[in-house]
Amino acid sequence: MNTTDQISSGILGILTTDGLGGFADEAAGIIFLMMLATTLIGGIIAFNARQLIHAVQGLAVCFIGVAAIYYYLNSPFLAMMQMLIYVGAVCITISFAILLAAPEEDKKQGPPSVLSGPFGIITAGMIAFAMVSLALKTEFTIMPKVNMGDMKLIGSKLLTTYSMVFELVSIVLLIAIIGSLVIGRKGRSK
Amino acid sequence: MSILNLHNYLNTYLVLAALLFAMGVYGMVSRRTLVGMLISAELILAAASINFMAFNRFTAPDPTVGQIFALFIMAIAAAEAAIGLSITIAVYRNYKSVDIEDIVDLKG
Repeated sequence: MNTTDQISSGILGILTTDGLGGFADEAAGIIFLMMLATTLIGGIIAFNARQLIHAVQGLAVCFIGVAAIYYYLNSPFLAMMQMLIYVGAVCITISFAILLAAPEEDKKQGPPSVLSGPFGIITAGMIAFAMVSLALKTEFTIMPKVNMGDMKLIGSKLLTTYSMVFELVSIVLLIAIIGSLVIGRKGRSK
Repeated sequence: MSILNLHNYLNTYLVLAALLFAMGVYGMVSRRTLVGMLISAELILAAASINFMAFNRFTAPDPTVGQIFALFIMAIAAAEAAIGLSITIAVYRNYKSVDIEDIVDLKG
């Protein structure tokens, strides 16, 4: 293991060099496989469930798995944000929309879309195959790390180097809140 | 390369992101309601974020940049979800349906 790996192994590196040795390594591997399965199963439920409320629950499960994946990618901060924003806020908002609009996938017995059968599966499969083969065949150049990428650095960079983008994102969020209130309110008094 | 050591390889994350992206694309073309399409869009955004974070962890020299970018993706996704859902509710109020076949006369 060279120095780059040691710097970038972060949280898990601390865990494994803490005297637990090989056992913590194996446990980390097993938990990672479980979280990988959680993400994929949640994703399958999210795009495949007949009831939309089940699809939202699958989406929440998938996002919990993605949060664990972020943890393995040395970013506990992003993992927490994923749990708060996606699992806590986005999924709940989508369930509110389902409760308010009551969409039923099976309510109308129209002809199913052309793309919902084998054509859609072939399309998605070809996209997945192309991306996977591209990822497996490419040799990526690994640059040496210049810092650890911890939470303190993220905070200081957000308010110095990326302060312009930070402010712009907050304005976008404000406009989105006001816009959704305006759109949602229109026609209520009728 | 043992299966328990899988989390130390870039390719694992790239394959996972590709699978999530394909699921999102399939859901996007096969769902018949606006809310279902929104759920699939969230899957696609999650796949993009995983890609950013994977390259950030394994290849990028400065590991803060990818995290900040993924944070901005989250903010934009939250805004998109709020706007999309209020549009869904507005459409439901006018058409009494969120089926995409029913609202086809919205197209210019």
